[in-house]
Amino acid sequence: MGSETAAPPGSHEGGASPWAPTPYRVVERAQETADTATLALEPVEPAPPPGFVPGQFHMLYAPDIGEAAISISGATSDPRRRVHTIRSAGRVTDALTKARVGDVVGVRGPYGRGWPLREAEGKDLLLVVGGLGLPPLRPVLYEVLAHRDRFRRVEIAYGARTPKDLVYYDEIQAWRTRKDLRFQVTVDRAGVDWYGDVGIVSQRIPDMRFDPSSAVAFLCGPEIMMRGSAQALVDRGMSRSSVYVSMERNMKCGFGQCGHCQFGPFLLCRDGPVLPYASVERYFALREL
Amino acid sequence: MPLPSAGPPWVLDRKDLGLLLASLRSSGYRVIGPRVRDGAILYGEVKEEGELPIGWRDRQEAGTYRLERSEDLRVFDFHLGPQGWKPYLFPPHHLLWTARKDGGTFRVEAGATTDGGPLAFLGVRACEVAALRVSERVFEGGVPDPTFRDRRAALLIIAVECSSSAPTCFCPSMRTGPEVTQGFDIVLRELFSPWGHRFLIEAGTDRGRELLQPLPLRAAAEEDLADLEAQRQRVREGIHRALPVEEARGVILANLEHPRWEEVGRRCLACSNCTMVCPTCFCSTTEEVPSLSGEETQRYRRWDSCFGLGFTQLHASSVRSSISSRYRQWMSHKLATWWDQFGSSGCVGCGRCITWCPVGIDLTEEFAALRTKAASTGAKAGGVPA
Repeated sequence: MGSETAAPPGSHEGGASPWAPTPYRVVERAQETADTATLALEPVEPAPPPGFVPGQFHMLYAPDIGEAAISISGATSDPRRRVHTIRSAGRVTDALTKARVGDVVGVRGPYGRGWPLREAEGKDLLLVVGGLGLPPLRPVLYEVLAHRDRFRRVEIAYGARTPKDLVYYDEIQAWRTRKDLRFQVTVDRAGVDWYGDVGIVSQRIPDMRFDPSSAVAFLCGPEIMMRGSAQALVDRGMSRSSVYVSMERNMKCGFGQCGHCQFGPFLLCRDGPVLPYASVERYFALREL
Repeated sequence: MPLPSAGPPWVLDRKDLGLLLASLRSSGYRVIGPRVRDGAILYGEVKEEGELPIGWRDRQEAGTYRLERSEDLRVFDFHLGPQGWKPYLFPPHHLLWTARKDGGTFRVEAGATTDGGPLAFLGVRACEVAALRVSERVFEGGVPDPTFRDRRAALLIIAVECSSSAPTCFCPSMRTGPEVTQGFDIVLRELFSPWGHRFLIEAGTDRGRELLQPLPLRAAAEEDLADLEAQRQRVREGIHRALPVEEARGVILANLEHPRWEEVGRRCLACSNCTMVCPTCFCSTTEEVPSLSGEETQRYRRWDSCFGLGFTQLHASSVRSSISSRYRQWMSHKLATWWDQFGSSGCVGCGRCITWCPVGIDLTEEFAALRTKAASTGAKAGGVPA
């Protein structure tokens, strides 16, 4: 499928239960928005954590409460630090967003297939992002900026509901000043103090600069946003197999055994979360699949 | 007596069945087999032959199950009860681990994967042997589930070939039965005729052969094999329901928006019975149980069902809010997308979901309704992947 994994997904050392979380300490915390925080974690034990590729996720464990699947949003180059941006949407994620520096949480994984970054080498790379779709794509951006010469044009379109919902605000300001990438930001609704674009992110696509015959697009955000954006990219001449989406579903295990994350033929924790649009287009169109 | 080997099967007299049980128990196996309990035949520990449902049989139809006395004293005259062997390999509620507070961090200790010594399943039907193979692909095909792996590794399978069929059976069209041809340590074929009440007995593994050694066996005679052939023919002739495994995936995938889903969704109560009695349904959820002292917390795995509204909860809502979408998920997974995920059908044709549906929804009838329409629209979305 062209997607990438660092280690076999969910591989574990001999004998260890695949269900057992490993303790990690919160070493840094940033409040992104009213309900969203970024936690940097490091393993409590000295042994280095398993590597990961951009687009993979962890099962994060809030002690005494439970687990949630959260994508990894830090750089792959850091051998010990695992960064996650979490929105409070339930008991587990609420507890995780309220964790303080020094607290210990649990980590399982990484799981899933990530973004096929190698496929974008020598081509234009487009990131079309909605809301909290930015955290799973930030490791891609770090990787691209670390090896900028491997890619041609790099275009990012990031949409959020309101200016208050934008994450990584300072980092985005820095990215927007760079000459070697184009980072557009748009919001659905804004007050008069907002001087940027207003509108949904797929409306940015006609304005993105790329060669449709030699481009790869990574899409992450709400399903309706990915569906509209994928269609807009296809309308501009891109092949459906060069457009990738990252899917989200309820997950309990992370390694293909709890059955919760099914999306048609896919077990998203194992076969996804990143999948080519060519193979999900049909299922996108079905309600309540 | 020489070690029984492959070749013509051996005969065990009905009166010597107790010796097989004794042989199993003296070899250290806990024997799990059929017993009458709560008005049904359920699998449980069998210590003596007398605990088996001798002279009992069941009457099954869509939404109906009744136990009754039979006129003869066959041991395995019944068909399938509501519960398969699944709970013994994939427990309905199971401790995964305990985490203890430890100086600002926590230590995790995995729960026990087994529960006592090795198990011997006595009375595994052909469809259930097939279900076991399906479960192996699910639980051991990727990251192995430690509980399933450890219990399966120690398991002894004593299959029993069906000597009659229930109206809810459809194993021939699923290519899983009714004959038991593989996947057993020992297989019993109960024969009851003027030639006597006896079992044809065959070992499929070395472990099985060793267990047969102490038994008083005689080589099968022509009349034994003739009885078996006649019985097999009767069983096949008694099976009228069908769901062709070769067509299932293509028909389902070509009809994911068929109006029949709405229709069946109006009848379905979303009670989850079908998923609980299904021998291959494997969905689970996790539960966190902190102790009152706050010093430790336990993580359990519990059976879950795709018929529950919470199953697909994502942020504040559920992806599959309508019952029809949940029925479609269950049936299309079982018959179609299971191939994509695990390389086999998820259905083995046991018919439990038909019997135990409180409103009598019949999987084979639902499939036929999709297929009738499919014939005109052309089901070309792919059959069984190679």
